Amino acid sequence: MSSKKESTGRTLFVALAVSLVSSVFVAGAAVSLKPVQIENRLLDKQRSILSIAGIGGANLSSREVKDLFASRITAKVVDLETGEYSDAYDPITFDPLKAAKDPQLSSALRGSDDIALIKRRERFTTVYMVEQDGKLESLILPVRGYGLWSTLHGFMAVKGDLNTVVGFGFYQHAETPGLGGEVDNPNWKAMWPGKTLFDDSGKPVIQIVKGGVDPASPSAGHQVDALAGATLTSNGVDRLLQFWLGEQGFGPYLAKLRNQGV
Amino acid sequence: MSKHTAKEVLLNPIFNNNPIGLQILGICSALAVTSNLQTALVMSIALTLVTAFSNLFISMIRSQIPSSIRMIVQMVIIASLVILVDQILKAYAFSLSKQLSVFVGLIITNCIVMGRAEAFAMQNPPFMSFLDGIGNGLGYSAMLIALGVVRELFGAGKLLGIEILPLIKDGGWYLPNGLLLLPPSAFFLIGLFIWGLRSWKKDQLEKPAFKMAPQVVTKEAY
Repeated sequence: MSSKKESTGRTLFVALAVSLVSSVFVAGAAVSLKPVQIENRLLDKQRSILSIAGIGGANLSSREVKDLFASRITAKVVDLETGEYSDAYDPITFDPLKAAKDPQLSSALRGSDDIALIKRRERFTTVYMVEQDGKLESLILPVRGYGLWSTLHGFMAVKGDLNTVVGFGFYQHAETPGLGGEVDNPNWKAMWPGKTLFDDSGKPVIQIVKGGVDPASPSAGHQVDALAGATLTSNGVDRLLQFWLGEQGFGPYLAKLRNQGV
Repeated sequence: MSKHTAKEVLLNPIFNNNPIGLQILGICSALAVTSNLQTALVMSIALTLVTAFSNLFISMIRSQIPSSIRMIVQMVIIASLVILVDQILKAYAFSLSKQLSVFVGLIITNCIVMGRAEAFAMQNPPFMSFLDGIGNGLGYSAMLIALGVVRELFGAGKLLGIEILPLIKDGGWYLPNGLLLLPPSAFFLIGLFIWGLRSWKKDQLEKPAFKMAPQVVTKEAY
């Protein structure tokens, strides 16, 4: 019995059978639960857009998130090359992150341009707007960039003047908990609202500085204190803002908006 | 091999043979997920289910597993169950699974699961092994829940997110101990629990691994 059980053929057979049965279970679970998971991820994104735009309270139910999002927020697809809105894609189903991987819909960034270390930038992306009586109240721009370990995905919400920060935060990252992970700390996020992103010429001047912001300095309105113990994450956040607010990112779109109003 | 009774198998691991308290296994996740009670509870349930079912399946095929690949077969079964749990959490408890992040996946490497598979399920019939998995899961859960209660109650003044001790910053009287929310505090608490457990059940005391030899020279040089 024991010699038969230990034979090579038997060993291979058991290994194969166990792997096969396990893989059927795992694949089955992954496939059948996928729709619910996608729904969850979408909801999580909507929840973070609402919280960054400062709409609704902290503990919204999924129902409330969906309703608020549908009633208050308008999503539009923007062509980052020209800065125009585009009707080519449905903003609800369009996935800019997928587009960034598609060579047809994105362009590779050269070394010196790629300050946020994202390698490819999509041509079209989705922006979100909160409108009140036909006037733009706030504009929510998706941003992303590499920190220390991971790409940080987040949103920057600005007021109707396209300069003053309403809120800034990340919904997905894998930075070190307690150090870089403190980008999620409400105290740090609370330092952003009210800061201004651009100088008079429209150049992004927002900056993350080490050692605290001197309130007397004339540029204090553009500066945010860096995260203690997380220099590389702070640098990453600084660079991703420079990138997305600059010419490579939303620069042309914001310039257009400023000129023609909304 | 001694006969196990169902009751013994199920209840022994809770106090008499606690996986964290006596065997000192599974410490990493016990530090990481116990800063509030909710994550501690979910982690406990997840680990109990994985241990129970991995024990059950491994025991069912134990007479078929060739000894040369038994570890890897156990790992495949455990890993599949963990992925299953992770997928279910992602689908039905998304915010919790975000908080637990990698720790659900790391149940795969939790020594308790592997330890029970190797030590118990490989030698015992399926039903007993299942009970043993539940029992050890409960032992782990007991410790995690105790840690979660102490850390959340005294660290944040809440239990399951409901305010129990009103905090000073919200106009109450309780000044929370922030250290309790950090992982090192779980080390201190586990140490205290083990101390308490071993003072209560003296048979859990271990012989010192090393004993200093007595002084040979009675008087030191002046």
